[in-house]
Amino acid sequence: MKFSEQWLRTWVNPALDSTELAEQLSMAGLEVDDITPVAESFSKVVVGEVVKCWQHPDADKLQVTEVDIGTEEPATIVCGAPNCRTGIKVAVATVGAVLPGDFKIKKAKLRGQPSLGMLCSSSELGLTDDHEGIIELPADAPVGMDYRKYLELDDVTLDVDLTPNRADCLGIRGIAREVGVLNKLAVTEPAMAPVSATTDSKRAVVLDAPAACPRYLGRVVENINIDAQSPLWLTERLRRSGVRSIDPVVDITNYVLLELGHPMHAFDQDKLQGAVHIRHGHKDEKLTLLDGNEVTLDGDVLVIADERQALAMAGIFGGEASGVTSSTKNVFLESAFFAPDAIAGRARRFGLHTDASHRYERGVDPQLQRTAMERATALLLEICGGEAGPIVEAAAEEYIPKPVTVTLREERLARVLGIRIENSEVTEILERLGFTVKANDAGWQVTVPTFRFDISIEEDLIEEVARIYGYHRIQASAPAARLQMIPRQERLIHATSFKRVLLDRGYQEAITYSFVDPKHQATLFGDIESLILPFPISVEMSAMRVSLWPGLLGAVAHNQKRQQQSLAFCETGLRFLPDSQAENGVRQQPMIGGVRAGKAFGEHWSDADRPVDFYDIKGDVEALLALTTDAKQFRFVAEQHPALHPGQSAAIYRGGARVGYIGAVHPQHEKKLGLNGRTFVFELELDAISQRPVPKAQPVSKYPMIRRDLALVVKEQHAAGEILAAIENIGVNHLVGLNLFDVYQGPGVAEGHRSLALSLTLQHAERTLEEQEINNAVAAIVEMLTSEFGATLRE
Amino acid sequence: MELNDIVAAAQAAVAKANTPQELDQVRVDYLGKKGQLTEQLKSLGKLSAEERPAAGQAINQAKQDVQQVINARNDELKQAQLAEKLAAERIDVSLPGRRPQLGGFHPVTKTIQRIEAFFGDLGFRVVEGPEVEDDFHNFDALNIPANHPARADHDTFYFTPKTMLRTQTSGVQIRTMETEQPPLRIISPGRVYRNDYDQTHTPMFHQVEGLMVDTDVSFTQLKGILEDFLVNFFEESLEVRFRPSYFPFTEPSAEVDVRRKDGQWLEVLGCGMVHPSVLTAVGIDAEKYTGFAFGMGVERLTMLRYGVNDLRAFFENDVRFLKQFN
Repeated sequence: MKFSEQWLRTWVNPALDSTELAEQLSMAGLEVDDITPVAESFSKVVVGEVVKCWQHPDADKLQVTEVDIGTEEPATIVCGAPNCRTGIKVAVATVGAVLPGDFKIKKAKLRGQPSLGMLCSSSELGLTDDHEGIIELPADAPVGMDYRKYLELDDVTLDVDLTPNRADCLGIRGIAREVGVLNKLAVTEPAMAPVSATTDSKRAVVLDAPAACPRYLGRVVENINIDAQSPLWLTERLRRSGVRSIDPVVDITNYVLLELGHPMHAFDQDKLQGAVHIRHGHKDEKLTLLDGNEVTLDGDVLVIADERQALAMAGIFGGEASGVTSSTKNVFLESAFFAPDAIAGRARRFGLHTDASHRYERGVDPQLQRTAMERATALLLEICGGEAGPIVEAAAEEYIPKPVTVTLREERLARVLGIRIENSEVTEILERLGFTVKANDAGWQVTVPTFRFDISIEEDLIEEVARIYGYHRIQASAPAARLQMIPRQERLIHATSFKRVLLDRGYQEAITYSFVDPKHQATLFGDIESLILPFPISVEMSAMRVSLWPGLLGAVAHNQKRQQQSLAFCETGLRFLPDSQAENGVRQQPMIGGVRAGKAFGEHWSDADRPVDFYDIKGDVEALLALTTDAKQFRFVAEQHPALHPGQSAAIYRGGARVGYIGAVHPQHEKKLGLNGRTFVFELELDAISQRPVPKAQPVSKYPMIRRDLALVVKEQHAAGEILAAIENIGVNHLVGLNLFDVYQGPGVAEGHRSLALSLTLQHAERTLEEQEINNAVAAIVEMLTSEFGATLRE
Repeated sequence: MELNDIVAAAQAAVAKANTPQELDQVRVDYLGKKGQLTEQLKSLGKLSAEERPAAGQAINQAKQDVQQVINARNDELKQAQLAEKLAAERIDVSLPGRRPQLGGFHPVTKTIQRIEAFFGDLGFRVVEGPEVEDDFHNFDALNIPANHPARADHDTFYFTPKTMLRTQTSGVQIRTMETEQPPLRIISPGRVYRNDYDQTHTPMFHQVEGLMVDTDVSFTQLKGILEDFLVNFFEESLEVRFRPSYFPFTEPSAEVDVRRKDGQWLEVLGCGMVHPSVLTAVGIDAEKYTGFAFGMGVERLTMLRYGVNDLRAFFENDVRFLKQFN
């Protein structure tokens, strides 16, 4: 809500400057976002009267004028505005004036004609962006008077960002009431005497949906002059409240809206037929709104209708067919109370948001309709003339909100706030707020006036008391609680522990958006189904990620474009897999993922540099899995994935369940994803790796360890992992260590074969192993490798 | 030759020996089986019994003397050899060492970890919740029924009218209170989403929600814990103010501002006493229990803490930006 400080001060005038006033409002919960001067700075602009005006001899579009600016001699000024003519009062920037933008007015010659000043348009003075012509002032504007003084431009616009509960402050009246409360000042309302009817013209009103619209006032005003000018004081107040002047009727309804916080509407009386009905829309009923758009109504939308058709969306927007136009003679004024529930959400459904809907969906005072109607009528008669008929009021009293009575308990107030406020001060605060207060043993019975429709429960009153008492006066104290230990499971590995392993290995933690480019996701995951945002920020941010890879690869591409080539990122977060069995139809699964690109170590003087490869990132994953203290239960199995290089990809299994993938990004995707060179990724389900057994200590053997090395030649299709697993699986006694320490292919090893060098470590827990036992163990392994894998021992 | 001459010759030979091999040759020449001093011993037999002990002693003394100089020379040579070896092994200690570059946590994570630590020490448990939420947990249970104007303020990313990306972590309050009774102390960090993207808004950001419900939780305590937190978070005694505000799920509600170095107040979090309707909706007796809740924007706190000017930098993941926080 924007409003002019000067306007507010005509209602209530505290001894505070603008900044202090704004501060006071903010600290009472009416947050002032902005204080802006109502006019940019300019000087030496005065009211003038054009006394002579003639065509410039050498320029078609210019006129030469003589302007009385209150000096002895009139000033000769050349003007290009089409509305410049003899007899009008204008705003004159005299020689020496400085206009907004530091524009200095000097003596000048325009096509040979001397010009001693400038006739100003509204935009040249920085008042509005209207530059259609020069400002025309009312005939009574005093010639020679400083223009700033004349318009009282030393004023500011306060912009209050009101919370949804304080709709009572969506008008000067409400703000003034609040300022009165805060400063203990009386508020002076402008005189709003009822306007007596001078004709009998009226139109019947029927409440067809009394719960949605329990009160509707209508009034016919005839023979108005729609061409009348809205007075300057009115258009200035509108302008300073951020509202453009349109025509006098609209200006008046807007003025009442800003002044009282009560929306009004005016229909062209001659375009209505029969009684006005307030009813729900019919299915598929059409209505063309004032902005020219046609909407299709339904039973959920409240409308104002006549006997033939819907005329307006009640409390939201007027209709084109019944609207006031430049040829309107007679108007039908509406001042209604609509129940917030009947309006709320409807405007949004139609993509609308109006000053009226903003107020009605938050609530207006159900007792204010008559005041608003009288105020609007008086202004209309004053500005446009005409004759008013009687007010026709239709009301369904049972649906009109009544003043509520709420109990405030002294104990509860003290318990919620944590302090005791003197009872007398509580009473005083409540009364200042306009509430009717009855004190009793336990506290207060508070009757709330209808303009504070946000108050309905005890907590509302506690908040009001605290707010007016002042939050700053409520001291701070330390919370007290019973000590209670938080269970900590040693067997759980927190995501942070995994991340820390990666960070220690050079990864940088990234945080990427949960919504990604569906094209990238399709590139990496084929036609996997993902959750799509119907109204995303952009198409590139419209698919919920099914993996951390799109985001991580995006981070790599972003950095590579900025000369950063060696990169390692990790991230933890949810992936989103559509799943009808899961809550809300989506499985939200915590994942940990990583990506590496560029050099394996970064250039160093002592070591040869090399690009990162599969085994680098596999080592990182193995380090993660080592946290489970039982990395052996995880297997890397060559498996294809649409995102990955077919020869450099593996699925990671825990037992029979696949828990992740690792590999090189498929070279075909690199360009599409903006990647520069080979990039390696992994991803694991956090839940699958986040448990480890609590250690069970075993005695350490005192007896010697025996090492035997084997050099095997096997066909290259046998994966090393299978061979190692087979050795583990046959359960050779006393085998405590198994390591693959060399892989060789080349001269000396047959084509299609490779040599694997293994070390076996054997140890007995309670005695020294005998030679024969060792030989038997090694023999059992060799025999198994020969029969299972056709391995031969290398000479 | 006189014994003395032999010893003198041996000493001269030892002094001339420049390698262990040469020195060993000297030893063989004088002390070996056929060495000159060994030969002298053999000649003892020619002497009379009276002469023999003295002569024998003299020869043994000579042998000892020669052995001593050989040993001394041997030590010298070894020392020299070692010195030479060590000199050859000298390195430039100023060359950089070998190490993997250390990575670091994202600054947003750092802030969350710090917040978790402050509140964790006070017995607040960390609880997480889903990011795709239903309207019950994101709105209804938080006292924001359908058509409530506050819903429009949220710029919600809807999937369907019933499901959405959560706009606040407050839904985790509800999920916790649905299954647990007071006393409750939780904080819930996580991603939240609003359909808004400009200089000061990103469509995804992080919040930490806090909740304490017990028999006598009050507004003074809410002020106490948050003032304490802010002072500790920024590690300076900055000015903090509580300004009345409105959230449908708390009452009384407040926004909390801190005063920046330039004198301007900056909003850093929202809070209030848990609205009785919220407690009632999850089956907690609102007469018996009171509670406070607060929600803070992690990015904003991080920006203030580390002097980050552009919110969007958090999600661009430029390593040059991120590494500043390692």
